[in-house]
Amino acid sequence: MTMTAPIILVGAGQASASCAAKLRALGYDGALTIIGDEPAAPYQRPPLSKKYVSGELARERLFIRPLSWYAEQRIELRLGTRVVKLDAAGHRVTLADGTNLSFSRLLLATGSTPRRLPAEIGGNLANVFTIRNLADADTIAPALIPGANLLVIGGGYIGLEAAAVAAQKGLDVTVIEMADRILQRVAAAPTADFFRTLHQSHGVTIREATGLAELVGKDGRLSSARLKDGTILPADLAIVGIGILPNDDLAQAAGIAVESGILVDGKCRTSVPDIFAAGDCANFTWRGQRTRLESVQNAIDQGEHAAACLLGEAPDYDPVPWFWSDQYEVKLQIAGLNRGYDSTVLRPGKRPLSQSIWYFRGDTLIAIDAMNDALAYALGKKMLESGKPVAKAAIADPASDLKALAS
Amino acid sequence: MPKVTWVLGDGREISANVAVGHNLMEAAVANNVPDVIGECGGCLSCATCHVYVDPAWAAKTGKPAEMENDMLEITTAERRELSRLSCQILATEELDGLILHVPHN
Repeated sequence: MTMTAPIILVGAGQASASCAAKLRALGYDGALTIIGDEPAAPYQRPPLSKKYVSGELARERLFIRPLSWYAEQRIELRLGTRVVKLDAAGHRVTLADGTNLSFSRLLLATGSTPRRLPAEIGGNLANVFTIRNLADADTIAPALIPGANLLVIGGGYIGLEAAAVAAQKGLDVTVIEMADRILQRVAAAPTADFFRTLHQSHGVTIREATGLAELVGKDGRLSSARLKDGTILPADLAIVGIGILPNDDLAQAAGIAVESGILVDGKCRTSVPDIFAAGDCANFTWRGQRTRLESVQNAIDQGEHAAACLLGEAPDYDPVPWFWSDQYEVKLQIAGLNRGYDSTVLRPGKRPLSQSIWYFRGDTLIAIDAMNDALAYALGKKMLESGKPVAKAAIADPASDLKALAS
Repeated sequence: MPKVTWVLGDGREISANVAVGHNLMEAAVANNVPDVIGECGGCLSCATCHVYVDPAWAAKTGKPAEMENDMLEITTAERRELSRLSCQILATEELDGLILHVPHN
């Protein structure tokens, strides 16, 4: 069968960029189109809430590939336009301007969207931000004025990264977290304790078990926040980091099965032939459970995996997830997924502000949070990859040799 | 702008002028050097920009710092004496002519 219609990648983020590069590397020589709703070519999102918003990293250094690369690789970029309709049976997409494009196979790499606060409680006021896109970071950066009051809503990684950048710029920062502690959804108490102390040492106020009643505006612009306990906090700007939602509307409207993301199998296949999904928007089965990974690692690895799947046979996707976060002088590196852990072991590090938290389910190591301890991260990741059993007591003993344990 | 040459596993060479201050992982990606991947964007969380510095240049590139040294534990290709993560080498005028050998990452 000859296929003249292009492979279309919907979404111009990391997953599509990785998929496109891999398609070419695997020898796919046919037409290839990336469609993205943002005006920018694929760029790295992680620095947005870190070195980009702080002004340390120039815009041109965010881009995953130079524009010339797409031309050399004969990859058509259609940017600043959105796919409004996917006709799965007809193998056709319709863009916002009415253009119809046929495809042979299609990848949905539509990413995710930050949850916003409802308008009824002030979510639409000016100076209430979320961080996802280059445009978001460009809007926030000039508002990070020394002395201004920043309210961070949500004590997850994005919120804490933003808090760190702002505190270092001299803003007066308060983080409120509805749950009993920060990082409740993503990390164990010792990791949360570490970051709480770190932020407090930089002058950030952390208020846990604290709900927001409403954001209050003046002339449409944020002026203060009223907490559920009645406290009024002055606020010049707010950054909302309360999770993200997979962009699965287009798939759903096309009759593709979705449930907290676009359902795919280990080969990135959706419920509809010739349509695949990868990255933040894809919900796949990992270690027996439905999983969405909101990370660069997943965007890259699943994007590349999808390339092999788009071209034919591939094994099931089976990643070892990893993540990172930079806050002040601390680099947090995470390997594995701590879902379902029942105990943790703390291993002190060899430097200041250095330690690692090892997550176990029963006697099985499932994840590591390493703070300023790249060796613990690297060797822990090696252990997760090899599946070699590791004793809790050995990890807890700071004198034990991780290298020996990992090999 | 200093000129950097990447020597690939098959002997092929790619050369490029790199802006001073840019790291050599981003320079490699920008110049389509295969096998220098840079998954983490240069923040010392992967080891996919692993290279071997040409022995003639070892003194000028220097040795890995502590975090980098630790991350070199998980390179895909074997770690050698002159292994570096290229995201941690910044282009300087002094490195004009630098040669890096690229393993299969």
